[in-house]
Amino acid sequence: MTYVVTDNCRGCRYTECVTVCPVECFHLDDTMTYIDPENCIDCGGCAPACPVGAIAPDYRLPADKKFWIDVNRKRAAETPVVSARLPPLPGADQRRQGLGR
Amino acid sequence: MTLRVALIGSGPSGFYATEALFRSGASVAVDMFERLPVPFGLVRFGVAPDHPKLKQVTAIFDRIANTPGFRFVGGVTVGRDVTVDELRNSYDAVVLATGADLSRSLGISGESLRGSYHAGDFVAWYNGHPDFAGLRFVLDHETATIIGHGNVALDVARILAKTADELRATDIASHALEVLAEGRIREINIVGRGTPAQAKFGAKELRDFLEFHECDALIDDDGLTPNDFAPDNPDDPELADKLSLLCAFSHHLPTRPRRCVFRFGLSPLIIKGQGQVETISFSRRSGATEDIACGLLFSSVGRRTAPIQGVPYDQRRGVHANIEGRVSAENSVMDGLYVCGWSKRGSSGTIGTNRSCGIATAEAVLADLRSRPRPRSGDPDALLARLVARVPRIVSYGDWAKLDAAEKRRGALVGKPREKFVSIPAMLAAMDA
Repeated sequence: MTYVVTDNCRGCRYTECVTVCPVECFHLDDTMTYIDPENCIDCGGCAPACPVGAIAPDYRLPADKKFWIDVNRKRAAETPVVSARLPPLPGADQRRQGLGR
Repeated sequence: MTLRVALIGSGPSGFYATEALFRSGASVAVDMFERLPVPFGLVRFGVAPDHPKLKQVTAIFDRIANTPGFRFVGGVTVGRDVTVDELRNSYDAVVLATGADLSRSLGISGESLRGSYHAGDFVAWYNGHPDFAGLRFVLDHETATIIGHGNVALDVARILAKTADELRATDIASHALEVLAEGRIREINIVGRGTPAQAKFGAKELRDFLEFHECDALIDDDGLTPNDFAPDNPDDPELADKLSLLCAFSHHLPTRPRRCVFRFGLSPLIIKGQGQVETISFSRRSGATEDIACGLLFSSVGRRTAPIQGVPYDQRRGVHANIEGRVSAENSVMDGLYVCGWSKRGSSGTIGTNRSCGIATAEAVLADLRSRPRPRSGDPDALLARLVARVPRIVSYGDWAKLDAAEKRRGALVGKPREKFVSIPAMLAAMDA
């Protein structure tokens, strides 16, 4: 198994997950973060740390979100590791409110 | 000038505080003191043998330990071989990351009967901790009761529920595998005071209970209503997952020879028996009492930090007294003394929680040293030179690397990822072999 970042992260990118990841398996691009499934050790620290509930274990994803497993694998391979927390993207707090969080 | 930091303890929070100090951009050297000859704290002695993926985190610890400026000082007990004040005099800052070594007691009558154990002692025993490897666990009863609804309780239940074949290819200590293989336990009660929604164990850890070869997971739903399985917060997928798993357990029909039975709403009152655990009495919220007959009890109700001479202690929280990572006596901060991890926050959270905790403490250390550098009268290297005369041997990270390789070689011979050395003399001998 692995943990997976899904659509709620897009446009927020709070990166709280990065601080609690014990193995630095988060990568990022301009819109969101991704988990490298090869390095994730399934500790589960990131899921409750995400302010917008974007992270879930792969088995818990509903059918219409399963494709994020492949997106994470692919994008993690193409993007750099993020090793320290960054400021959220502009407008993140508004988007978070829009998500009802 | 390079800042010299003494880090006490080599578990996750200690390594992550070290990593944060190194990454700060400041010139920092860290001496990591560990009372055992081996590093990694609860990753080696707490994480269950059948959760090998979590242990891969040690690759990160190796990377941190290979940073220039890092020294492992193993086999030195702070508070005995060297005092905290000696360290504070010789280093710019001292960071305590000593974890939570003491098991909390239930505080009821009968806890000293034969067959009554602390879950933490059992965990340390099956993981080959040298202070616990010599304990004797007698598993010749059919029924065991675990009191507590946290992840440690689930670890204990899982190790008891699995067959020797399910554990044989893990790094479980061989003395434990032998005793478990001979054990006669058929029923494991996992008892907590609260409701299913209040249980502290995780959904992922509960999911493991679907995978046993010879054990069914069940629920005693006495006193529970369907409402107890309905999450009150629909935005909490972890809770929803946990409750739906427990609800599924309540519909299982047992077909396998062993069973784990989750029980809720039961507070322990007294443990009874003639020299040996025979019955545990519990009270329900209704005021009714309920007895569970069993020959074995594992209490798993939390842990406390072991106090260290010279460090103020917070009795209520069971940690080194601190204000956000700065050790404090009666609300005034002690200069140059810090704390992180479980010995700062108490025994909760995952490995990753201790990373953010270690980072926060490292930031406090650096902010203080920048704003008010403290003069130190001694020198770390002179202190280490004095220590050589006080302990049989100071273990380096290179020594540990040799031991690590030796354990892996031993393990390979028997199809295990490693076969741990479980006594300090055997560890030291393997480093010199």
